[in-house]
Amino acid sequence: MNEIIDILSSAGLWAAVLRIATPLIFGTLGALLCERAGVLNLGIEGIMTFGAMIGWLAVFNGADLWTGILIAAISGGVFGLLHALFTVTLGLSQHVSGLGVTLFASSFSYYIFRLLVPVAGTPPTIEAFQPIDVPGLSSLPFFGPAFFTQTPPTYLAIVLAFILAYIIFKTPMGLAIRMTGENPHAAEAQGINPIVIRYGCVIFGSALMAIGGAFLTLSAFNSFFPTMVQGRGWICIALVVFASWRPSHALLGALLFAFFDGFQFRLQTVLSGVVPYQVFLMIPYILSITALAVMARRARVPQALMQPFRRGER
Amino acid sequence: MTENALEISGVSKRFGDNLANDNISLSLAKGEIVALLGENGAGKTTLMNILFGHYVPDSGKVSVMGAELPQGKPREAIRAGIGMVHQHFSLAPNLTVLENVITGTQGIWSLATDTKSARKKLIEISKRFGLIVDPDARLGDLSVGEQQRVEILKALYNDAQILVLDEPTAVLTNIEAEQMFSTLKDMAKQGLSLIFISHKLDEVMATADRIFVLRGGKSVAERLVGDTNKSELAELMVGREVKRPVREASKPGNVILNASGVSVVKDGVERLKQADFHVREGEVLGIIGVSGNGQATLAQLLSGTAKRSKGSIALFGDEVGDLSVPDVVELGIGRIPEDRNHEGVIGEMAIWENAILERISEFSKNGLVDRTAGVKFADEVINAFDVRGATPTKRIRLLSGGNMQKLILGRNLLKQPKLLLAAQPARGLDEGAVAAVHERILNARKDGTGVILISEDLDEVLALADRIQAIVGGQLSPSVSAKDADARKMGLMMSGEWDDQEVGDEV
Repeated sequence: MNEIIDILSSAGLWAAVLRIATPLIFGTLGALLCERAGVLNLGIEGIMTFGAMIGWLAVFNGADLWTGILIAAISGGVFGLLHALFTVTLGLSQHVSGLGVTLFASSFSYYIFRLLVPVAGTPPTIEAFQPIDVPGLSSLPFFGPAFFTQTPPTYLAIVLAFILAYIIFKTPMGLAIRMTGENPHAAEAQGINPIVIRYGCVIFGSALMAIGGAFLTLSAFNSFFPTMVQGRGWICIALVVFASWRPSHALLGALLFAFFDGFQFRLQTVLSGVVPYQVFLMIPYILSITALAVMARRARVPQALMQPFRRGER
Repeated sequence: MTENALEISGVSKRFGDNLANDNISLSLAKGEIVALLGENGAGKTTLMNILFGHYVPDSGKVSVMGAELPQGKPREAIRAGIGMVHQHFSLAPNLTVLENVITGTQGIWSLATDTKSARKKLIEISKRFGLIVDPDARLGDLSVGEQQRVEILKALYNDAQILVLDEPTAVLTNIEAEQMFSTLKDMAKQGLSLIFISHKLDEVMATADRIFVLRGGKSVAERLVGDTNKSELAELMVGREVKRPVREASKPGNVILNASGVSVVKDGVERLKQADFHVREGEVLGIIGVSGNGQATLAQLLSGTAKRSKGSIALFGDEVGDLSVPDVVELGIGRIPEDRNHEGVIGEMAIWENAILERISEFSKNGLVDRTAGVKFADEVINAFDVRGATPTKRIRLLSGGNMQKLILGRNLLKQPKLLLAAQPARGLDEGAVAAVHERILNARKDGTGVILISEDLDEVLALADRIQAIVGGQLSPSVSAKDADARKMGLMMSGEWDDQEVGDEV
């Protein structure tokens, strides 16, 4: 029991929670934006992998870190364009297209990586983002090291959640996006072009996903390996439902999952030998599914999610 | 006359082989209500979609207040002051009323939605036209009538001067429909111009100033409402004289269904209260009432999808327990469900599959579906019931409402059921199809089938039923013989005023 309290009261845990949550926040916000406009984007897992690879590769070849993030975002946007082409223009199955994008983007990342980076015993590394101390706040006892010594993308992710919440709920653009996700024909009848809205959301959302991936190679770690996204994309898809399609709840959901993950990791070291560590690895997923089951019952799914929009058809 | 608010001249539109609009011209003056009358498929909706910029016409033009409207641009149509109220509402159930109304009305790049002034404007409009609705209610929580109000408000919010309503009463109850038409008349008095599309003669005669009749894509007649009558309009609309079938006298046989003191509780609410009713062979029992008064529950009870909490039911002389759907099929009870698209057919499946679905074991061989037999049965139904535009392998959603209903009737009646449960069988059908459906029901009666007809259409019940019971708040009135029933008496009964002593037919 004491060990658990020790873990909970260590600033290291809370710093780790924010770090673990960052890619999830980006990914969840991206998936959320796509779904608000009515497009499920299961390409997320592959887009995150590609973002991780291309961002790292850019920096490895001499670009600075923010350029790496930008290049990752652009690559995500391109995959988003591909997904939108299939699902919006051609009206194909969003599941199939999304999984296709994931499979393609994942393998393509590894292909490019292998093509351009020589095989080595230890993977090559870059100089990753360094934590920034928020002036004034980082010197606070406990809270300083826990919450205010993160790398810049983490702060960006948190700010972005609030910006996106504002856009979706407080601006005419957000209303147009929500209307498109609820009933694209109604949006069209009000003079909004649902096709443009969907393209925009899928491209921008996919760019966010790729930034989430790039965080892994440019901040959390400093090298790329092909399996590093490790299902984070799928977690994001579940977090969108958990969040009832609200960016602020997405932020909470990502933090909650990250907390479970950081907690179990530290629990492993304390309780090693007593319980096989694989049990701890399951904890975040089990708790997430439980939380999802509780939260999602009240969720209001965008009514036109996964429904292709064809002009003049009802 | 001053300049017309709207002028459609020489509009044609072709879809493949189908000439949906053939050189149609139409005008609308300020403050006028024009009805566009026609059967399903006459081209009414196509014309309105052209007007609103959803379709680009092959030829012809649309002018508003004398200025020609650019084609195929809904945004321009809105700007010119045309507001469209769609038959299937263009609304988002998860958004609030206010959000539904103001979507797209403010610059998409503005940094904040101006909800304050939008709310003020919405409330003003809703007061001015008597369209009262809570701006902050979630749309999905509103009744269908209220949702339609929102749809109209949306058009008015965009400063519509010309309002186009596509079959506005298709989804409304009678009372809601009456309210809506009185609102529309008020609007016309305030200077709005209205076009409404309909195939219902009563509402057209009661509401419109001028009537355009469309048939087969052509404009066949234009009449002032004072210069015409229902039977002329019906003939113009269908292209031949339509006669609703007449009920012949008959001698009902034995009682086949007798329910006494039946109550049904659903979700903690008593939907059916101590209902007594019976049906004889060769007799039509009409259950009349405004929707939502328990008739859906009554239909579910007899279809085996709801269980009674009290009372007894005897079928064909024997007391029965709780019925399941297979029991109902087994017992030979035919059913025409109220919502044919959701409960009657599976749209994406073939007509032959829909025809045999509830009797699939009769159409099975060695555990496999006997497609040959199914297609043959479907062919029989199609021929015997004149289901137009149908082949057994076509998907059923491609049929019109009337033909779909004929197929549902056919799959039930071809097997000569002892009892037929018909819930709102003619709802949403056009004049020709209504006559066909009524004729089939009366034929079944002649062949000895007992029919329970659930309807909110007075004319329908008076035309078909031998005895009539009203349903109000889950309670059934005693039955009244059709020869003693008239519209006034029925109206009173539908509002819950009946004489407990009056019994038309003792068991």
